[in-house]
Amino acid sequence: MGERTKKIKTVIRRQNSRRKATLRALKWRRDKFNRRLREQVNDLMIVRHLPKFLKPKKRSQTQEQPKSEYVRGLLLGKSIGLGYVPVSFTFGLVAVQMGFDPWVAVFISLTNLASAGQFAGIRMIAGGAPAIELAMTTLVVNIRYFLMSLSLTQKIDSKLPTYKRCIMAFGVTDEIFALAAMEKEDVSFPFFGGLMTCPIVGWTLGTVLGAFAAELMPPLVQACMGIALYCMFIAIIVPPSRSNKKIFYSIVIASAFRAYSNMCLASIRYHKTAVVGHSLSQLLPQQLSAPHSSRPKR
Amino acid sequence: MSLFTFSTAGLMLAVMALTTYTIRVTPMAIFHRKLENRWFKDFMFYIPFCVLAAMTFPDVIYSTKSLTSGIVATVVALIMSWRKRDLLTVAIGAVAAAVLVEYLKIVMF
Repeated sequence: MGERTKKIKTVIRRQNSRRKATLRALKWRRDKFNRRLREQVNDLMIVRHLPKFLKPKKRSQTQEQPKSEYVRGLLLGKSIGLGYVPVSFTFGLVAVQMGFDPWVAVFISLTNLASAGQFAGIRMIAGGAPAIELAMTTLVVNIRYFLMSLSLTQKIDSKLPTYKRCIMAFGVTDEIFALAAMEKEDVSFPFFGGLMTCPIVGWTLGTVLGAFAAELMPPLVQACMGIALYCMFIAIIVPPSRSNKKIFYSIVIASAFRAYSNMCLASIRYHKTAVVGHSLSQLLPQQLSAPHSSRPKR
Repeated sequence: MSLFTFSTAGLMLAVMALTTYTIRVTPMAIFHRKLENRWFKDFMFYIPFCVLAAMTFPDVIYSTKSLTSGIVATVVALIMSWRKRDLLTVAIGAVAAAVLVEYLKIVMF
């Protein structure tokens, strides 16, 4: 082992390091090329098919991507809010016709946010019923919200503080609950807040419009507005029943049972009993049909 | 002019609002834990469909001026919703159908 071998070793080491450097440079170049190619292909594949105003600008693309939960809820609740307008419009019309102050009608809409309960309530007030009777009727007609609220507790984070739950509880209506129940994951507080914003605004706005512009509508259209509420129910329950047969059967059973109980109760004259029977018939079918229809098929 | 204002019906309005809110908030405030019963979960899944169906189906036919327009509008709504249209589209379509039927009845008879 002389100096010669040492020299040879250093030369080999240098050569190796040079080789590694060139290899690294080559790899870097190859990766860069691949990246650019991929970008170009992506641009060709996706961007080419988008209309002009949707084409992403390369810098801002990353900033626009994350959509907040609130905005997602807001967009989803938009159509409910619009759908509520004709219904609360009808409520405004009816309330003013029954002798309510327009602002009282708006106040009822804002504080109650319940279609059937509100209609029953103004009927009771107009009929001069005592407060306890009004409370009982409201309770019976709105008891489904108890079940919906209970169902929704299963879909929210168990650590959510109580004050947030109290805010969320205000927005439990048929349609909002239906959309929240269709969510695959847990319902977050901002999402639900967004979901209930548009319906509350739409419901109040519709009442304002109905109460103040009652005389501007042609009577023919006024008479037909009542069906809008039911059509919204249909639009909510029918599409999921296409893919899920159990939902379809439970809808059929529930409506058949309701129609049957309607026939039996038609002879009862007292409106109080009719209201109780009506709400009971709303309660009964779900208890009868849900366990039956959710039995697994084999 | 109006019979019921804030001064005459204020108590009733408060009773109505409080009852409705209490119904909603009670389960939310009490049940913090998730229930793991499968039957219960199943039951909760089918509740909205059953309640909404029971509220809708006999009543929808009688909700317009006459039975004919009610049935026509219901059929229109069913077909439109089966084709997965938006809530508002279905509502407008059905109301339009009902108005059209009522109008035709006036024109023809």
